[in-house]
Amino acid sequence: MGKTFTTPKALSKTHTHYCPGCTHGIVHRLVAEAIDDLGIQGKTVGIAPVGCAVLAYNYFDCDFQEAAHGRAPAMATGIKRVRPDLMVFTYQGDGDLASIGMGEIIHAANRGEKFTTIFINNAIYGMTGGQMAPTTMGGQRATTAPAGRDTAATGMPLRMANLLAELVTPGYITRQAVLKPQQVNKAKKAIKQAFQYQMEGKCFSFVEVVSTCPTNWGMTPLDALKWAEDTLLPYYELGDYKVPE
Amino acid sequence: MAKVLMKGNEAIGEAAIRAGCKNYFAYPITPQSEVAEYLVKRLPEEGGVFLQGESEVAVGYMIFGAAGAGERVMTTSSSPGISLMSEAISYIAAAQCPAVFVNIVRGGPGLGGILPSQGDYFQATKGGGHGDYHLLVMAPDGVQEAVEMTMQAFTLAEKYRGPVMIMGDGLIGQMMEPVEFPDDLKTEPTNKDDWATSGMDFRKSKKRNLVKSLFLDPTALNDNNLALKAKYEQMKKEEVQFELYNGDTDYQILITSYGTMSRVCRTAIDMLKEEGIEVAMLRPKTLFPFPEKAVFEAACKDSCKAVISIEMSMGQMVEDVERCVKGRRPVEFYGECGGDIPSPEKIIDIIKGLL
Ligand SMILES: Cc1ncc(C[n+]2csc(CCOP(=O)(O)OP(=O)(O)O)c2C)c(N)n1
Ligand code: SF4
Repeated sequence: MGKTFTTPKALSKTHTHYCPGCTHGIVHRLVAEAIDDLGIQGKTVGIAPVGCAVLAYNYFDCDFQEAAHGRAPAMATGIKRVRPDLMVFTYQGDGDLASIGMGEIIHAANRGEKFTTIFINNAIYGMTGGQMAPTTMGGQRATTAPAGRDTAATGMPLRMANLLAELVTPGYITRQAVLKPQQVNKAKKAIKQAFQYQMEGKCFSFVEVVSTCPTNWGMTPLDALKWAEDTLLPYYELGDYKVPE
Repeated sequence: MAKVLMKGNEAIGEAAIRAGCKNYFAYPITPQSEVAEYLVKRLPEEGGVFLQGESEVAVGYMIFGAAGAGERVMTTSSSPGISLMSEAISYIAAAQCPAVFVNIVRGGPGLGGILPSQGDYFQATKGGGHGDYHLLVMAPDGVQEAVEMTMQAFTLAEKYRGPVMIMGDGLIGQMMEPVEFPDDLKTEPTNKDDWATSGMDFRKSKKRNLVKSLFLDPTALNDNNLALKAKYEQMKKEEVQFELYNGDTDYQILITSYGTMSRVCRTAIDMLKEEGIEVAMLRPKTLFPFPEKAVFEAACKDSCKAVISIEMSMGQMVEDVERCVKGRRPVEFYGECGGDIPSPEKIIDIIKGLL
């Protein structure tokens, strides 16, 4: 029998620094598999965010640039505009993309920049130790919302896929999750589709992935999956929000 | 090539194209929007990229991305815009990417005014963003020099793999002067395969490249800072540019001045000469690296009684002048920075007051 499970070529053999049960690792693998499937490793440039995935370039085997907090879409714009033949993707957390980098993502999407964004929505700031994110749920505890997020004072959690789908510019905007095996398979398809649209020079492509941060949620990995399923998914509904014609 | 009459801002745009820069990202701000308005027409003719970004913050990172991918790239802005780009400039310096920034300085602080100023000297030369870094900074005194410096800037940015700034002011951007473009300078950067994210397939080594500024290991961070420092030391040895005006006389006073302000000082020196009063001017053309030795030597000439730094600021370059003169002569200062440029008569009065 041949090998049924190998490390994708676009992934390095390095052990990641992610916490046990963190879903960043799953999404890295899905991105690497898509790159392998499409045979684009040698012309891909990834952009690391500032957040837990800042060291993503240690885990992927392709060219990488590291942005400042929130600025990955502007950096990707710079690369893609001067080298349209490269495959460019940003990998960003919810503090990075939905808070400090809101301006950059909206405008890149609205210009229809031909790159791909992988957006990890774990409803919290992971790297800095569990502060409130724009995606934190009402009542969800964070170190800067110790009694739970008060939406009357801080607003409702931002639904980035919904928001970007509102733009009139065509794009591929989808929300996926990696909490269950079926979801992982679907997320993989979506990520590959996003890169395919980029290869065709079709549109901006955006895959939001509902993820977990067991460490800062103060849960076991299994409880985190369950909490995400019960609390996040009803608010962050999965599916394609926009597909290009 | 024959001389052509051009506005400073447009000449800077043309110079970039002739230096082989085909990529320009910017956000509008007075008094330099003409660069964008010129390049939006010219770049498509050259098959280049023009993009108006959503803010100077974003533009800073568009520049970073394009530079990191190994392509020649430029932006132009004015003071408040450069403040917003300073975060990216710090990252670009740390990640060692070549890029050209033009600051057509206007009055500050805050929204300030739209008239010429030299109030961004500290920001440009001492590091406007965080961390230990410098830009190589050149200050033209007219349209011709703005053209030459813009063209040199790309070569220097690549030689040092770092950000280079042209610091002009509203007057240089707006005025029309006859200019001659040096021969086209479309050299290709030679070592970009070693560092640029140009795609593994496109390089002989087939090894991946990383453009980054995070060094969590203290030794690695220290090493990166030492590498930057070594570049700045090399610049001090190889890139200092200045002009000594009327320096072969027995001048009694040495003026230090640069950019637009130096043009007025030059007129004042000529007028004083007719009255039999000799004054010289040391005009730094590179603000970083600063002409330290030249300032010291010019100040120490036996006939020279005092040094005065004349600036369109409240006193910024004068700190470097004082540092270089090392207490050997008194160092005075005169400056205005509301946007009115002091007249030659005003400068003459001030010089006479020192005699
Ligand atoms: C300009 C700036 N502000 C703040 C920070 C500190 N910081 C680093 S990561 C981060 C939040 C990251 O959270 P998120 O984007 O949700 O990613 P995660 O760590 O959860 O994957 C913050 C605030 C920074 N590095 N730069
Ligand atoms: S802090 Fe959270 S997001 Fe970061 S690695 Fe740990 S579990 Fe993952």
